[in-house]
Amino acid sequence: MMLIPCPFCGPRTESEFTYGGPVRPPRPDPARTTDAEWVAWLTEVPNPLGPVEERWCHLRGCGSWLTLWRDTRTHAIVGGPQDAG
Amino acid sequence: MQRYSLLSLLRHGLNRHTTWAPAWRSLPLRERYEVIVIGAGGHGLATAYYLAKEHGITDIAVLESGWLGGGNIARNTVTIRSNYMRDASIPFYVKSVTLYEQMTRELNFNTMHSRRGMIDVIQTWGMMRDRRRRQHIMDLHGSTYEQITTAELRRRIPALTGGGAEARLPILGGFVHPEAAVNRHDAVAWAYARAINAMGGEIHQQTPVTQLMRGPDGRIAGVVTPRGVIRAPKVAVAVSGHTTTLTETVGLKLPLRTMNLTAFVSEPVQPLIDVIVNCPDAGFYLSQSDKGELVIGGAPDPGQSFRRDIKQTVFEDTVSAMLSLFPAFKGLKMLRQWGGHLDIAHDASPIQDETDVPGLFVTAGWWGGYKAIPAGGLTLAHLVATGRPHPLMAPFSIKRFRHLDYVMESGTTTAR
Ligand SMILES: Cc1cc2nc3c(=O)[nH]c(=O)nc-3n(C[C@H](O)[C@H](O)[C@H](O)COP(=O)(O)OP(=O)(O)OC[C@H]3O[C@@H](n4cnc5c(N)ncnc54)[C@H](O)[C@@H]3O)c2cc1C
Ligand SMILES: [Zn+2]
Repeated sequence: MMLIPCPFCGPRTESEFTYGGPVRPPRPDPARTTDAEWVAWLTEVPNPLGPVEERWCHLRGCGSWLTLWRDTRTHAIVGGPQDAG
Repeated sequence: MQRYSLLSLLRHGLNRHTTWAPAWRSLPLRERYEVIVIGAGGHGLATAYYLAKEHGITDIAVLESGWLGGGNIARNTVTIRSNYMRDASIPFYVKSVTLYEQMTRELNFNTMHSRRGMIDVIQTWGMMRDRRRRQHIMDLHGSTYEQITTAELRRRIPALTGGGAEARLPILGGFVHPEAAVNRHDAVAWAYARAINAMGGEIHQQTPVTQLMRGPDGRIAGVVTPRGVIRAPKVAVAVSGHTTTLTETVGLKLPLRTMNLTAFVSEPVQPLIDVIVNCPDAGFYLSQSDKGELVIGGAPDPGQSFRRDIKQTVFEDTVSAMLSLFPAFKGLKMLRQWGGHLDIAHDASPIQDETDVPGLFVTAGWWGGYKAIPAGGLTLAHLVATGRPHPLMAPFSIKRFRHLDYVMESGTTTAR
């Protein structure tokens, strides 16, 4: 069980949150990008053996979205959260 | 290869079982092979087996970071089935199930194959429609789904007492997939290892590949391990959850994510359930092992994960789902839990192809890939040996992503 630090509500159990996926690079402008870059952006996600930046939503709480760094080997939260509120 | 038979059992029994030869040898590691297969899981072993058997390529080394059959092949719930959704998928899984049925005889090793069938317990109309649609598609490709009534379902699974009219999700009916089976995962790994060894292939345990190596011409040249550099003109990556970790060492990105799937078993109880019970609406599945334990699995942890244990939230969700249909299981004690990390592709279908690095092959995205081991090995061996994709795997090339030609597969996970 992870304790996710919601900046608004404080540390709450993971079961109150929904997972929003790993953070991707900004969406490229499809008109100015090659097919290969566009497909890469659509289908490839960072898959590190270590810290990954990802989004969570405190859905069964205050409803805020937040971004944190979680180590995929241990599930320890190693950075963040940011941009909640 | 010493053949196993009643006679050999008798003969070695008379010698107090001291005269059995080891099933496979550990040979010294050489510096060069014709083919290197990375990973002695099911897919790596099956690939080496078919390379030798179908294509006469025996100068093979299977390199394994841990021990033979210690990866996900040892951690899965051994559900073998072909109830998939897509035209591209079903023929492949039908073939794999058939190869499993023949395995004991073919490899002279008892894999304890038990074709006990799977029953899907349906609790929503959406799922009912999904299963009917799958039934029709499966009909076209020689796999079977049969619809049964709730009364018949309860007759066949007496322990299933929940899901009545008063339940939040009353049972609406069931679907039977008669070809579904379970077998013994260790036996599969050991049987392949023994057969590979008998044909001249080598398996090297405790030999992790830390880096793939390209030659000056850009082709694959070999691999780096703590035991030294090993060269080969062809390298096949069959490492399940660690695929991207390895391919990124030559700058190759793949549309794969690694996630944690888990299972747990109860204490052994009397024979109680003789089919695999899958409850996609509730979100769990179970079967009873020959030892009497109930083997239970649920949904994966949502985030990416390289952990090999179960998360408390996943465990609690799976248990409460199970108790909604099997309330009597409240009294069961749970013995063990574990997890494995598996890679899943963007469209939930496997990827098997030669990569942009010539001579480097990957077989990956085997989310529910235990059932796929024999056919996956057959098709990868074909590709490595001939340079052309096997017809059963042709739709699963990496190139499909280039054209956004996904094979969106909803049959990949049982429990959801
Ligand atoms: C809990 C759970 C339940 C499952 N249930 C089912 C099921 O019911 N039915 C089904 O069909 N599938 C199921 N699966 C999926 C199935 O286990 C996998 O899809 C399948 O085993 C993957 O193929 P494999 O056997 O080749 O993988 P593995 O056995 O994981 O083989 C990969 C091998 O590569 C080795 N390796 C990794 N990195 C390196 C390296 N750098 N160098 C050398 N070696 C390396 C690993 O040690 C491992 O032995 C389940 C999985 C889990 C975790
Ligand atoms: Zn909050």
